[in-house]
Amino acid sequence: MLNPAFNLKQTRRAFLGRASMGLGSVALASLLKPDLLGIQPGVSGFPNAPARVKRVIFLCMAGGPAHLELLDYKPELAKRSGEPMPESFTKGQQIAQLQGKELRILGPQHPFKHYGNSGQHMTSLLPHIGSIADDICIVRSMQTEQINHDTAHTFMNSGFRLPGRPSMGSWLLYGLGSESEDLPGFVVLTSEGGSQSQPIAARQWNSGFLPSIYQGVKFNSTGDPVNYVRNPAGVSREMQGDLINAVSELNTVQQGWTKDPEIATRISQYELAFRMQMSVPDLVDFSNEPQHVLDMYGTQGGDGTFNANCLLARRMAERGVRFIHLYHRGWDHHNEIKTLLPKSCGYVDQGTAALVKDLKQRGMFDDTLIVWCGEFGRTPMSQGSNPDLIGRDHHIKGFSMWMAGGGIKGGHSYGATDELGYNAVENVVHVHDLHATMLHLFGIDHTKLNYRFQGRDFRLTDVHGKVVRDLLT
Amino acid sequence: MRLRAIAAALIFCATGPAAERIEFNRDVRPILSENCFACHGPDGNARQADLRLDQRDQALARGVIQPGDASSSRLVQRVRQDNAVLVMPPVSTDKKLTDDQKDILSNWIEQGAEYQEHWAYIKPQRPAAPEGPAGIDHLVKRRLEERGLQRVPAAERRTMARRLSFDLTGLPPDPSLVESFVSDSHPDAYERLLDTLLDSPHYGERMAVHWLDLVRYADTVGYHGDVAVNVYPFRDYVVGAFNANKRFDVMTREQLAGDLLEEPTSQQLVASGYNRLSRMTNEGGSQAKEYLAKYAADRVRNISTVWLGSTLGCAECHDHKFDPFLAKDFYSMAAFFADIEEEGVFSGTGNWGSSVRVLAPDARPAMDRIEQQLAELNPAVEPPPEVSNQDLEQVAAYLREDLLRWRLLDPDRVWSDCTHPDFEQCGRFALEEEADGVVRVTVSGDKKPTKSIHRAEVPLEAGTLTAVALELFPTGDYSSFDLSEFEVRLLGRERWPVRISLTGLVPDAEEAGSMLRDTLDDNYHTGWGGKWGERSSRTAMFAFEAPLTTRPGERLQVTLVGYSRDGLGLPSRFRLLGTDSAFPELPPNGDLRLAVLADGERSEPQLSALQEAYNSLGAFRPDWREIRRLERRRKQLLDSAHESLVAKAVDEPRQLRILPRGNWMDDSGEAVQPQVPEFLGPLAADGRRLSRLDLANWVTNPDNPLTARVFVNRLWKMFFGTGLSKVLDDVGSQGEPPVNQELLDWLAVEFVESGWDVRHIVKTMLLSETYRRSSEPSDELLASDPYNRLHGRQTMSRLDAEFVRDNALAVSGLLNRSMGGPSVKPYQPTGYYKELNFPKRVYEADLNADQFRRGLYTYWQRQYLHPALMAFDAPAREECAAERGVSNTPLQSLVLLNDPSYVEAARAFAARIVRDGGKSAAKRIEFAFREAFSRPPQAAERDVLLRLLEQHREQFQADPAGAEQLLATGISRLPAGISVPELAAWTSVARALYNKHEFLMRY
Repeated sequence: MLNPAFNLKQTRRAFLGRASMGLGSVALASLLKPDLLGIQPGVSGFPNAPARVKRVIFLCMAGGPAHLELLDYKPELAKRSGEPMPESFTKGQQIAQLQGKELRILGPQHPFKHYGNSGQHMTSLLPHIGSIADDICIVRSMQTEQINHDTAHTFMNSGFRLPGRPSMGSWLLYGLGSESEDLPGFVVLTSEGGSQSQPIAARQWNSGFLPSIYQGVKFNSTGDPVNYVRNPAGVSREMQGDLINAVSELNTVQQGWTKDPEIATRISQYELAFRMQMSVPDLVDFSNEPQHVLDMYGTQGGDGTFNANCLLARRMAERGVRFIHLYHRGWDHHNEIKTLLPKSCGYVDQGTAALVKDLKQRGMFDDTLIVWCGEFGRTPMSQGSNPDLIGRDHHIKGFSMWMAGGGIKGGHSYGATDELGYNAVENVVHVHDLHATMLHLFGIDHTKLNYRFQGRDFRLTDVHGKVVRDLLT
Repeated sequence: MRLRAIAAALIFCATGPAAERIEFNRDVRPILSENCFACHGPDGNARQADLRLDQRDQALARGVIQPGDASSSRLVQRVRQDNAVLVMPPVSTDKKLTDDQKDILSNWIEQGAEYQEHWAYIKPQRPAAPEGPAGIDHLVKRRLEERGLQRVPAAERRTMARRLSFDLTGLPPDPSLVESFVSDSHPDAYERLLDTLLDSPHYGERMAVHWLDLVRYADTVGYHGDVAVNVYPFRDYVVGAFNANKRFDVMTREQLAGDLLEEPTSQQLVASGYNRLSRMTNEGGSQAKEYLAKYAADRVRNISTVWLGSTLGCAECHDHKFDPFLAKDFYSMAAFFADIEEEGVFSGTGNWGSSVRVLAPDARPAMDRIEQQLAELNPAVEPPPEVSNQDLEQVAAYLREDLLRWRLLDPDRVWSDCTHPDFEQCGRFALEEEADGVVRVTVSGDKKPTKSIHRAEVPLEAGTLTAVALELFPTGDYSSFDLSEFEVRLLGRERWPVRISLTGLVPDAEEAGSMLRDTLDDNYHTGWGGKWGERSSRTAMFAFEAPLTTRPGERLQVTLVGYSRDGLGLPSRFRLLGTDSAFPELPPNGDLRLAVLADGERSEPQLSALQEAYNSLGAFRPDWREIRRLERRRKQLLDSAHESLVAKAVDEPRQLRILPRGNWMDDSGEAVQPQVPEFLGPLAADGRRLSRLDLANWVTNPDNPLTARVFVNRLWKMFFGTGLSKVLDDVGSQGEPPVNQELLDWLAVEFVESGWDVRHIVKTMLLSETYRRSSEPSDELLASDPYNRLHGRQTMSRLDAEFVRDNALAVSGLLNRSMGGPSVKPYQPTGYYKELNFPKRVYEADLNADQFRRGLYTYWQRQYLHPALMAFDAPAREECAAERGVSNTPLQSLVLLNDPSYVEAARAFAARIVRDGGKSAAKRIEFAFREAFSRPPQAAERDVLLRLLEQHREQFQADPAGAEQLLATGISRLPAGISVPELAAWTSVARALYNKHEFLMRY
């Protein structure tokens, strides 16, 4: 183990969040070269409002879940299935793969039912999520601006269509720092299954123009859990510790003759790296999870499934990770919505519900925000003509999502699309509003969390966004 | 922004703003821009109260400013207002003026409220200063003296040698170079070292890294599936341009408009590929119009940032809020590029539009020689009308001689291997060998498979192989044949399968739209295929780039990948041949083969096949065998050439319109013609449409106030740590007024007047006394100028991501210094590309000398940049990156500790330490320090390492298996004669040095 002489005292909030260490401990360094440190004064002012939650688990249903089969039942759509889509809806609107095709209405392909005391109306394909219906708040009036996966994810994550802006997890770390002393504050987990798997770019968890200490760290389901976290072959934990000690000693010697302010930071980063090497194996070791918990999630853990990732998310939440972003790549149902949608639902249903229940039983539900959302929804119009192969195209003018956890009204639903599920018409919630609301729950006024780049103050919500108070208790 | 304000106060408080003449650009504009222009500035749509403060006449006309009378000026009244409703800026904006700022505004109005045009839009004038490097020192010293500050002493020579070497080549100095510089007492010792490094070909590599960030060069398209695109010759062009010290105006013209130059050379065409470096999509369901708008906007952002240091990109949806750019300017700029041939949505994965084929740099001289020899040998002779039997016999003899050198490659193992993630469900195949080395594939299961991977392994004997040939036979299962990828590997020589480079590809017949070389592109969507028709076999030859000497026990593994979207053709019956012929011909098949092998009489079809061969071989020419040999060689070189994207102008450029609010679906906006921003122009068009070449000429016109300043400012940042104007991508109103504008202008004028001579300006900067200061601050400077904006010292900077890697490889001795060529693939964590799709990607690290190439040649996957480069802040190059962040994170520690590239480099360094460092451990540590840090260790440092060495030696002696494992990292060979635990222990020492902070730093 490490020689205590070099075990720097770390504050609880140190890892990946030097901004939160307070200016005192880095005063010399910041005076010498503030840009190197990425210290941005002003961030110390957050939260600037009462916080309801400490962390978020964002369950991204990547590909674009079909809201009209899942969360938004439209009797009119069922009634008029097969009829031509009225041009009044579609004229001049953006269309993806259905460009130049005949547009016909497609009724819901799977039945809906009412769940819980609140009677939330949802698909029969998600019975487990149905069992937590009284905990979730469904939003049926989402809108976004980008109609292709890549740009739509970029928009959903950073509030802008072009690369280069920070992902919401990075914004949150920048504002609040991390609470974990041995894990990154912003992590990403992925899984797939249920439809073709659209690519996800690493840009989606990039810190953009924010310092890269705020970047998301992706955990791998195969190979090393985190890139480069494993010691070189043949090097034991003790030997790696010796080595890091020697490095710190060498760096300390150098501090004797140079005023390079980065040395102190470097030493502490090696400490943190070593702690991460120690803690990650423990984090991903599911052997101490009791069988009933594993059964609840429907996984043995560590198999790269969405269910396993949900369990891992809970373990990360317990260890202070601030932003846990799960992607399930499996909702791009251009075709075979009849047979494939149940599969996608089957991949995520149990784990999602288990996560909520587990957080509740551990008393963490009330300070965790859970978001279940795709990058967009799917058209009321059908794609393909063979009834067995039929699906739906990308759709951005109206789609659904749900939230749960601290500060969220459970058993509630909000907003509505028109009678055919095309346009969000009532209480429209734009992606910017979602962001504003999320930050609000963390006690951050979204208009105040800014960063100066290329001569302009940027924020997650661009120049838009309003907190949707009706979703909140 | 608090710290910045404090710093500004620290710098300026020595005299105090009230006491001196207020200067609009330096003192007032930043306040107005930050706090007022958003509502009272250039953007007409956002303007409040019909008041604009960015233009004097307008501000005065509205009576808000009364020159000479601050107290009756409403501007002062409103900013000094206590009433929360009336105060400016409004409370709702969260902006608040400090008392100092209010005083500045007030004093400025008292002094007459003089405006200045924004500094960056006024043509720079050369201030009075001595010529050459002394000019820089004079201008720097003056600012220091104004503040009563002393600069620190010069850096010591070891530090200087390292600084120069990293700054000019991105590599550590050779220890012998350091020692000879340290002991060189000639007065010009420094300049000679500088020249030596400037002359190094690595100078171009170092300079290119920054330029490639700016123009966002990468190896993949960026959107959606992020598939590969061939454009690496552009990277080599940039390296070459810096090395040849190509004038910057010429570089600019070639990149913006190389294709429009008169009779462009292939290098000028490659340079025009600049216009094609923006991201592109092939995603189904994308609308071409939307993406054309995205590409256009990308180009505007890029050219305006790279050359003009301006955020014209902000004017896509509205007039600029702070600078005088109009939305119309944005679209007029975009119109310059509307002539570029391109698709909004490309189809497939292998075709990204106009390109040119370029020879690899090292192939060019050979090609020139061949062309010359051919020109001498090759009198144009027409085929004779009648061919004698004797002539035909000559051809038959020639072909027979070659054919008889072909041998059967008889596999002893054949199997179907569908482990590629995209081929998991590729069908069930049974492979079995028939007679004569023919492999027969049968499909089991009911679904007709569309993908297959077949492998065959052939035991080898002692001999030589120069080419393999593949014969495909129809089976009746398919109406077509389709070979997507073809690969040859040598097993049994190294610990991994060695991939054989194939060039000189000859199919028995060309197929429309489907080329044999597409079987080598690692993209299974493209390949060689066509209808079977009447043919009973198809043959293709793949010559090796270099002859392969084979040994008994080695094996050749051949892989055939089939992909046929329609399921009409997969390889189902095939045979492999090999030859040792120095310039092999494709083994003839069908009638020609029979004709060649026939002893006696030949049939009519055989004779006509021979006649055809006579013509295609050009056997009627004198010296035809020699010509044929040269042609073979030329073909081989041509096949090693790669495509590179280029700009190609279409006859009818797209009509561009102003898009209201940037909405690509709205066609109601005014149509625009190519034109430069109105307030900087206009450029006379004389009734014709302005071109990219006009734009390039305008950008590099000596009267352009921006280009030279922007470029030298970035050079300054490269060598002094911070730009003279700190915001490298915005010299506009929201950027920073230069801390030393005279110096910036002096450099800009010097640059233009030198003939845009980049090397001249680099050398001038580096010869200055200012550059040669120590980077250790004095207490005085630390207190008064903590950000080193006055350059009383040098700046300590961390090496860029690529150079961190290069440093480790160079010190280890593993560095492969060869330059250019296709991008290379260092080790990368398994599964890192897992989230890529269409197609799925398998990353195959280069298991050969390419493993040890410099960082700038790393394969630049935009969506998943190599994680080691990313950890050290290399940008993904999806967008222009004028400045990289400089972070210090635990992920960096993990890379240096555990990335096999660094572990392998450490063990190679360890071997050097043991071999060359002397006998005693202390000597060896001294050697290691000199290699790694160009200095001897201090006693304390030596002791730390001795302790580590002893600890680990003991541990590895107790665990020799562990030591073996550590030393097995990577592909480079282990030295003989060093005990395993000993080498492993020294590897720990080397790792400690690689992880020491100093290893990342240029002081």
